[in-house]
Amino acid sequence: MKPPPFDYHRPATLGEALDVLAEAGPGGKVLAGGQSLIPLLNMRLAAPARVVDVNRVPGLDGIEAGPSGVRVGALARHAAVERSPGAAAAQPLLRQALRLVAHPVIRNRGTVVGSLVHADPAAEMPAVLALLGGAVRLASLDGEREVPAAEFFTGPMESAARPGELAVSAFFPALPARSGTAFHEVARRHGDYAVAGVAAAVTLDDDLRISAARVACVSVGPVPVVADVTAVCGPRPAASVAWDAVAAAVRDLVEPEGDIHATADYRRHLTGVLAVRALRDAASAAHGEES
Amino acid sequence: MNETHHRVTLTVNGVVREATVPGRRLLSDCLRHDLGLTGTHVGCEHGVCGACTVLLDGEPVRSCLTFAVTVDGQEITTVEGLAQGGALSPVQRAFTECHALQCGFCTPGFLCTVTAFLRDNPAPSEEEALEAVAGNLCRCTGYQNILKAVHRAAEIQAAEIQAAELQAEEGGA
Amino acid sequence: MTTRLFGEPVQRREDPRLITGRGRYLDDLGAGALAAAFVRSPHAHARILDVDVSDALDVDGLVAIYTWEDLPGALAEPLPLLIPHPALTHGRTAYPLAREIVRHVGEPVVMVVARDRYLAEDACALIRVGYEVLKPVVGLEEAAGGAHLVHDDVPGNIGAHLVQEVPGPGGETAREAVDAAPHRLEFRLDVERSACTPLEGKGVYARWDADDASLRVYSSTQTSTSVRMAIAAKLGLPLPKVEVVAPDVGGGFGVKIVHPWPEEILVPWAARLLNRELKWTEDRREHFVSSSHERGQVQHVRVGFDDDGRLLGLEVEILHDHGAYTPYGIIVPIITSTQLLGPYKVGAYRVEFSSVYTNTVQVTPYRGAGRPQGVFCMERTMDKIAAYLGRDRTEVRAANFVQPDEFPYDQGLTFQDGRPLIYDSGDYPEALRMLKELIGWDSFPEEKARAAAEGRRIGIGVGCYVEGTGVGPYEGGHVQITSDGRVHVSTGLTSQGQGHETVFAQIAATELGVPIERVSVVTGDTRRFGYAVGTFASRAAVMSGNAIALACRKVREKALRIAAEALEADPRDLEITDGMVHVAGAPSASIPLATVAVLSNPLRYAFDEEAKRATQFAGPASDDRPPVAEGEEPGLEGRDYYSPVRSTFAAGMHAAIVETDPDTAEIRILRYAVVHDCGRLINPMIVEGQIHGGVAQGVGGALYEKMVYDEHGQLLNASFMDFLMPYATEIPRIETAHLETPSPLNPLGIKGAGEAGVIPVSAVLAAAIEDAEGIPIDRMPISPSDLHTLRRSR
Repeated sequence: MKPPPFDYHRPATLGEALDVLAEAGPGGKVLAGGQSLIPLLNMRLAAPARVVDVNRVPGLDGIEAGPSGVRVGALARHAAVERSPGAAAAQPLLRQALRLVAHPVIRNRGTVVGSLVHADPAAEMPAVLALLGGAVRLASLDGEREVPAAEFFTGPMESAARPGELAVSAFFPALPARSGTAFHEVARRHGDYAVAGVAAAVTLDDDLRISAARVACVSVGPVPVVADVTAVCGPRPAASVAWDAVAAAVRDLVEPEGDIHATADYRRHLTGVLAVRALRDAASAAHGEES
Repeated sequence: MNETHHRVTLTVNGVVREATVPGRRLLSDCLRHDLGLTGTHVGCEHGVCGACTVLLDGEPVRSCLTFAVTVDGQEITTVEGLAQGGALSPVQRAFTECHALQCGFCTPGFLCTVTAFLRDNPAPSEEEALEAVAGNLCRCTGYQNILKAVHRAAEIQAAEIQAAELQAEEGGA
Repeated sequence: MTTRLFGEPVQRREDPRLITGRGRYLDDLGAGALAAAFVRSPHAHARILDVDVSDALDVDGLVAIYTWEDLPGALAEPLPLLIPHPALTHGRTAYPLAREIVRHVGEPVVMVVARDRYLAEDACALIRVGYEVLKPVVGLEEAAGGAHLVHDDVPGNIGAHLVQEVPGPGGETAREAVDAAPHRLEFRLDVERSACTPLEGKGVYARWDADDASLRVYSSTQTSTSVRMAIAAKLGLPLPKVEVVAPDVGGGFGVKIVHPWPEEILVPWAARLLNRELKWTEDRREHFVSSSHERGQVQHVRVGFDDDGRLLGLEVEILHDHGAYTPYGIIVPIITSTQLLGPYKVGAYRVEFSSVYTNTVQVTPYRGAGRPQGVFCMERTMDKIAAYLGRDRTEVRAANFVQPDEFPYDQGLTFQDGRPLIYDSGDYPEALRMLKELIGWDSFPEEKARAAAEGRRIGIGVGCYVEGTGVGPYEGGHVQITSDGRVHVSTGLTSQGQGHETVFAQIAATELGVPIERVSVVTGDTRRFGYAVGTFASRAAVMSGNAIALACRKVREKALRIAAEALEADPRDLEITDGMVHVAGAPSASIPLATVAVLSNPLRYAFDEEAKRATQFAGPASDDRPPVAEGEEPGLEGRDYYSPVRSTFAAGMHAAIVETDPDTAEIRILRYAVVHDCGRLINPMIVEGQIHGGVAQGVGGALYEKMVYDEHGQLLNASFMDFLMPYATEIPRIETAHLETPSPLNPLGIKGAGEAGVIPVSAVLAAAIEDAEGIPIDRMPISPSDLHTLRRSR
């Protein structure tokens, strides 16, 4: 299991990187953390003509946290984002989700933006971006464009990033006051891709009733499946929500497929269970924020 | 079909080493076959087993999921570099004391992972220790003694630090 | 200082090199050797039409490409059928490189040699093999239906069919006994495929010495002596011109006892042909699709029993999935069908198995070797009887135990070594008592009720097994004390992490009365010891351990004889302590073993100060005796063999408490307890480590690991991403207790321990999940998704 040959480029600036990517076209592949790309190369499931290693491009490893949210640069490792107090404060869901991404050693090297571009529907970070309505910033010789999550994930392992484009950062918006988040998943082994998983965000109104509730589900469709369950949940305090109805609503929205690890029926069932667990935790986190 | 080769300089276990490798050369192969450091083992080459874990600028990474060219100029510690001045490290000593290895193939990956973990978290809880080793596969030990060894290594490390501090105090007095 | 080391938790002598990166595994050897890689079949069943290598020829660094047509003489013949058996009427083995037909995905078709592995893989990717795809035979029952054939000349895909039958006490057949029994049950059980998956795959490195016309081969094998004979035979080389060394081996668990693997003869052949060092290191994907798997069986059970749950008759029919080939014979189903009996007296017994070919990777022993399936069958049977009668599950078991005063106990069957299945010793009631105490069996119902009140589901399960260990035919040991006082021990069998260097040194140090630091042990190197069988069937400690003890006793006797003469004492009055031979109770009258070694070898030439003492003018010697007396040999060394009449029988009992999540169907093991009896313990720390590892593999096999083939015969999970070997987070804490009933069959009183841990785990966890859920668990492994499906269909 050795990678096939490719031309290796290690641009020193963003401009240089975009030049090489433009030249490479569809045969170009960006290497950042490599934790998704290199396994594919080692198994010879991918054979790019050129690999553009952006690890030396300055200015891409930023983690900028502010009241509006967190902007994560292309070279920010999972571990760095997970440990960032600013990121955790601005958007707690990031840390909640990152703790579920593979294992700590993989997180030392893998990047958040890389996992978005990889667009694995079983992965946590795409679901987080989708749930929060974040966006990915793509740069090319033609300039930059900001693609919202809803348009970024186009299919399993497929994103809106075009040949010649480099995902330079992603933005994870903060939530309004009195909001809470949670991420629950079931994986076969600790650290595996989830059999099913649900990220939830809940916002409470002044009377601590649920005023907004959304979930994003992994491993149950070609892209993260986002569902707004505000109407089923509220406006009621979490304690009096008809959770069975919420679970049923989520189950109805997803269209999972069966594979060697789980049947479609189990995934659907599990998504309902995990949605309720995540929403309840998110609601109590929102309460916690209140107090 | 001749591949372009790149010259890389790595500081491995404190020694500056050079190699000329194609872009696709995995760091694991570079260490093992270009630099002759065969202590780092390769168990799956897709990042799941953890046998190839080395420290890159002090942080554990999978050397099978890293190209040698990417880490040009950086510092790497392998299992061969864990013993300082001929003395086994606390983690190495704990692994042998606790019978935390059998065939020994996965062991270098565990040793590197645990070394970095205890540096950052010298007194881990049971849960933290479990999480720390949970990305490395072992087929022989059933992990019982590996977990024991993590805690034992923490004890040895703490005792050594304490002894060094005492010595420093005495030296200062 | 004491030299009594047998039974002590001595720290491992392998560790210093292994924890510092100085181990030498196969791929650590042969820097600069050429690399081999293989083009393997992408189809489960196909006819090879043509092989086009033209594109590959452009690869820089390509050295050679070989197909079956290139293989000369015996190399072109099918690989050996290692263990023939009269019931294996249609044994089939593969060619080293496929000839005409491929029968599983992963079968080697083309061998490529290049400057390094990257380039060899590049060339493989450019070789185009044309195939005519044939109908694949996948699935045990489909295969047994025989609609399509794996081998054209094997009707019904049945490679072997074997019936063993033991009448009941009144001479009744099992059928009669079951039919006449007060109670009867009939059911079906399924066990799916798994595999050994050692962290290090296989590998072969060969060096041809053209000047000497000799071959040295390193292989990551469980049997270097037999690999050596296979290479000599296949390559037509004189045996003394071939040496095989097993270096440090990164785990085996059975897969590396199979030999010669195609690569084990192809790599040496090509190394000689090219006159270049050549190495092949198996990668993970290759290991999944071209090594071996095990476990897949379907069992049909009929059992008859009385009101107390005592077995009166048992009939078992087994369909055993053998994959595409049978190089290791029918050892696995033989073991299943005999070891199924466990610690029980079953009345009349009839077992019948059919070994079935499928277009999948071949099946050969994996740690436990058929026992996990057999124990699953018997223990599920016990639980079903208990449920039917409304009795405690341990009571039903106890009612059927062979009793301590009934040993040796003859089960009336023929075991895997062709010898009668006679248990040597054991104390099953005591083991069960210990286990119940350890896990808290009797208080569990209250615990379960408390949990239920909190909305939690927990369950408890138990499983018992007997394991035939230490099978023959023999192993040997050689012990030499050199004039520096060092003790060099060698034995032919190999090591894959069991700590042989430590335990064999403990035995030698204890037998010889020397400090363990002076003892060194070499295993698996045919240069040091040429006669051996191999490491499998929990046999190394029993076989080589006893052989080494016997060899040490010979050396000791000789040392005492020589020392007695030097000390002018009676050898019967002498003892050896800390490397000194001395008169018992008079330590001043002593002579070091080093000096005894000098005296044992009459010399003409003095090469150092010590040696002077043994030269011809050094001292008084009897003029009327030859320097080497009749019947003596020079040197302080000895060789002996241990060849038992039959196997020893270790035993154990496990219990587990599990919790199942009512909503997600996740299964968590809360406690796992083991009582284990492998006779006398040489090193309790190492035995415990063996149990831990076995249990972890058992948990893998019960809850996580299975080989999933689709209808085309494609293995869908040929990676560590999808073949779910447990991490530390999946393995519970394992609580152990030891019982020691020594074996009367060997001088050390020991039984094997290598495989034990894995054997009953599926049975135990199935029982515990069944107890928690109230749903019969008749198929393993079981995933949360499977459990969810079972809940739905209830």
